[in-house]
Amino acid sequence: MKRSSIDPFLPVAGVIGLIVLWYAAVWYRVADPVLLPSPTDTFYALWKGMTSGRLGFDFVRTVERTILATLIAAAIAIPLGIFLGASEKLYRSVEFVVDFFRSTPASAMFPLFLVLFGVGDKTKISVAAFGAALVILFNVAYGVMNARKTRLLAAKAMGASRLRVLTDVMLLESLPQTFVGLRNGVSLALVIIIVAEMFIGSTDGLGFQVFESQQLFAMPDMYAAIFAAGALGYGLNLLFLIVERRFVHWSGK
Amino acid sequence: MARENLLQRADEGGIPSSDTARPAASAHVTIRGLTKHFAEAVVYDRFDLDIPRGKLVSVFGPNGCGKSTLINMIAGLVPTDGGEILFDGKPLRDIKFGYVFQNYREALFPWLRSIDNIEYPLKLMKLPRAKRRARAERLIAHLGVKIDLNRYPYELSGGQQQLVSILRALVVEPEILFLDEPFSALDYEMTLFMRDQLQRIFVETGTTTVLVSHDLEEAVYLADRILLLSRRPATVADYVRYDAPRPRTDATMSEHEFVRIKGHCLDIFQREVRKA
Repeated sequence: MKRSSIDPFLPVAGVIGLIVLWYAAVWYRVADPVLLPSPTDTFYALWKGMTSGRLGFDFVRTVERTILATLIAAAIAIPLGIFLGASEKLYRSVEFVVDFFRSTPASAMFPLFLVLFGVGDKTKISVAAFGAALVILFNVAYGVMNARKTRLLAAKAMGASRLRVLTDVMLLESLPQTFVGLRNGVSLALVIIIVAEMFIGSTDGLGFQVFESQQLFAMPDMYAAIFAAGALGYGLNLLFLIVERRFVHWSGK
Repeated sequence: MARENLLQRADEGGIPSSDTARPAASAHVTIRGLTKHFAEAVVYDRFDLDIPRGKLVSVFGPNGCGKSTLINMIAGLVPTDGGEILFDGKPLRDIKFGYVFQNYREALFPWLRSIDNIEYPLKLMKLPRAKRRARAERLIAHLGVKIDLNRYPYELSGGQQQLVSILRALVVEPEILFLDEPFSALDYEMTLFMRDQLQRIFVETGTTTVLVSHDLEEAVYLADRILLLSRRPATVADYVRYDAPRPRTDATMSEHEFVRIKGHCLDIFQREVRKA
């Protein structure tokens, strides 16, 4: 079968297809050339921006903010999620509050956080951390609550204390679900950070760059910043997947 | 002898019999007045039973009569509503026991290598690492287990995983071993193989063993005594002795004695099922 030798190249087909479509759209002037620059111009802007221009700096700023927000969220939400998940009654009593705020668009919290933290990084990072924390909390708590009953019983039958059951079984049982929470959390944090960089008194970051380029009609730069943001989102997700595969090797088995 | 016993039991119509006649099979576990309710259902009502030392007892009975509940109560995994369960006169917390679950996939710890799974109960006993490894390896060598125990459980076949479960239960050198339908998630070929593995382990260690089974052939094949339970509230419908020499083999299952005991157990079982 030739299938196996072609398989690794299949994802590339979509990318090539998109670029071909893009060239065709530029060639046939589907859109105003000012609004839709050619792929060549865009990737040149991306390359130049990342290597010698501002884009690289903005990229790093966004990475810093997103990672910091996710770390803060994880530091709060993982212990709290374990604590809440360990007692189903406790979790049920706060479930509505968690679900409510989890369903509230985090962007709606900007005005409140602006009042609390002023215009600056604190607000951006804390809103992103807030959104991510609820997603992580929810997943960790469910991971702990859904620990296999048999596994808990097995530990109990072997004479494990309640604390040992928590540290040796529940914590590890919840890890796959915790990683689902972390992946969703970091994605959400990135969305919030980008939005915040656009509109909440920023002077740097990918969101700022997208918005600024659009204001200046520097379309190749705008597309370049969008692609940089996309690559960042994809990369963060991939990073967490790799870490998960490494540390939660039993996930799904 | 066994046959006479059996015939006599059958005549008595399955009246519970306590087994204290033979000194060789002194009671290891004594259960007195055991009572258990689930919501409105009475599962056990002042239930008495003796489990003889160094014997393998199979528990068999109608669906939902509380076979697993019985060993779970003896092993302290399900609380009782009354009565007393003693091991040589001692409570459960003073003894070491092993428990093997039906669902090996969910009973083993997938984040630990198989060998570390086996050593885990020793870790709970706070044994240092070297001693844990030594004890696990001694057991593995003693039983002649040939599995790559550096693999994770999910990398092993179902039968191998259950064997790891059994080793984990045995590594503490338990006074009593409980198995809850240990082979019912395996295919028939693997079940036959695992039965003989269990028999070998039993012969090697002589540990008092309680096996819940939903397969009458298996229950008789492995047992010294077959405990037949009635429908709820569960009572001892019969407590049948089967003394065929070990190791038993496939040939054992076509012997007259085996067929006869199995037939007798089936009669009792069907009588109990029809009672509903």
